[in-house]
Amino acid sequence: MRTAVGVLLTALMLFPVYWMVNVSLTPMSDMRKPPSLYPVHPTTEGYERVLREQLPYLGTSLLVALGTVVLTLALAAPAAYSLAKLRPAGRQTLGFLLLVAQMIPGIIMALGFYGIYVKLGITNTVWGLVLADSTIAVPFAALILTSFMASVPDEVLQAARIDGAGPWRSFVSIVLPSSRNGLITAALFSFLWAWSDFLFAATLDSGGRMQPLTLGIYRYIGNNNQEWNSIMATAVVASVPATVLIVVAQRYVAAGVTSGAVKD
Amino acid sequence: MRSRLAGWAFLVPLVAYLAVCYAYPLFTNLDLSVRGYTVRSFVHGGAPLVGFANYLTVFGDPTFRTALLNTVLFTAVSLFFQYAIGLAAALFFARGFRLSATLRALFLVPWLLPLIVSASTWAWLLNSESGLVNAALKVVGLSSVNWLTSPDFSLVSVTIANIWIGIPFNLVVLYSGLQNIPREVYEASALDGASGWQTFWHVTFPLLRPVSAITLLLGLVYTLKVFDVIWIMTKGGPSGSSTTLATWSYELGFGNALPRFGPSAAVGNVLILIAVVAGLLYIRVQRRQELS
Repeated sequence: MRTAVGVLLTALMLFPVYWMVNVSLTPMSDMRKPPSLYPVHPTTEGYERVLREQLPYLGTSLLVALGTVVLTLALAAPAAYSLAKLRPAGRQTLGFLLLVAQMIPGIIMALGFYGIYVKLGITNTVWGLVLADSTIAVPFAALILTSFMASVPDEVLQAARIDGAGPWRSFVSIVLPSSRNGLITAALFSFLWAWSDFLFAATLDSGGRMQPLTLGIYRYIGNNNQEWNSIMATAVVASVPATVLIVVAQRYVAAGVTSGAVKD
Repeated sequence: MRSRLAGWAFLVPLVAYLAVCYAYPLFTNLDLSVRGYTVRSFVHGGAPLVGFANYLTVFGDPTFRTALLNTVLFTAVSLFFQYAIGLAAALFFARGFRLSATLRALFLVPWLLPLIVSASTWAWLLNSESGLVNAALKVVGLSSVNWLTSPDFSLVSVTIANIWIGIPFNLVVLYSGLQNIPREVYEASALDGASGWQTFWHVTFPLLRPVSAITLLLGLVYTLKVFDVIWIMTKGGPSGSSTTLATWSYELGFGNALPRFGPSAAVGNVLILIAVVAGLLYIRVQRRQELS
């Protein structure tokens, strides 16, 4: 009984997602007629157009998202190790700053980055976008990795030290491998956020030769002859990483969401 | 001593990063807000200091009141419904039943979708001529509504979409909060003959208060920032009826052929002030919970 209600509620919640798929398969000629609940004359013309026009955008998004993951982990993992295990003075202040950093509205960062990039002449570059996108993820990644790394037992690290391992050695061969789940969580979220970013892309890369998929969708919406099956087909494609995430990495995602808000 | 040095060495990249990628943009933003920039001086430099002139321009603009009011309404209404629906769903899933874990995971989907995807899907659902919502209204004999193009409904529409996006987050956090309430408490309550409703109001809800506080405060911080959903669905329009501080700031700086970076930065700084107050509140609540 509860299962039935649960399925019903979930279906209701996911209805807009279903609608997206439905519209993506609807031919343009049916688009202005009263909407039907399933694609009566299913077509792949929307997807064909995505393949023709959106592949470069897709490639850029992938590149930007992967670049953001690498940059984020490279910055956050060593810092988290230090905060969790080496415990230098001032770590509380830094932890506080990381919390505050997550609260800064994106529009303010975007305007600030825009001012700097214009001055340096580096607007419309992919790596500029990667740098900006990483700001969404780095504070979160540093905090979540700190809490994962804090659970590595001190005794293990002490034993390593007695065996002559320096801090770097301990980091690489003990702390990193045992915080695998934390690294996966941080990587997943950085990927997803960079992949989904629209604001930084719109402000910093809207004239670039390589633009991400979010701008591709935005272009479609801005067109006068709004071809909603192509828009929704692109949206479906853009949703793939989220779906994969849910399926493959459900438990990491839940862990990530909760540890962001409720500590231990 | 050596480990202290190492501790610092591992932190250096992050600290340098925070200085370059947080402090510097924030400073640039502050600098923009106190200078009289034109497109020319934005590129070539040399804009004069104008003190608080940009802030006065912004405060004197009638849009400021609308944007502020819309921000408050959008945030308050979003938070209320996200929390209420999220809590109801969390209570429902907390009982545990066949498939409950899978269904709960599926509930996360709206939150993980790129905002541009959710926003454009909702824009099409609410489209005046071809949207499903208006078609459904027609079926039950109601007249159709210009959800996105009428000033009376645009804010409602973007709020609905935003509530939908925010429910999963509330569900996950509140669900994990519910898991932390010991079973014995419920058993004691049942022994005392409390009804389900009484148990909720006198046991579950009070015990969940710390988690609720964190959820709502985080929600507050996130909702103040919302830009994508509103911009993609209505661009803050029609005629400013769904504009918030975040979208207004973007519109001033990037939405027109003639950008006004000074006022745009000023609006941004007003927004950051509100966000920081909310953020400090969040940190205080969290500290207090860690102590207790």
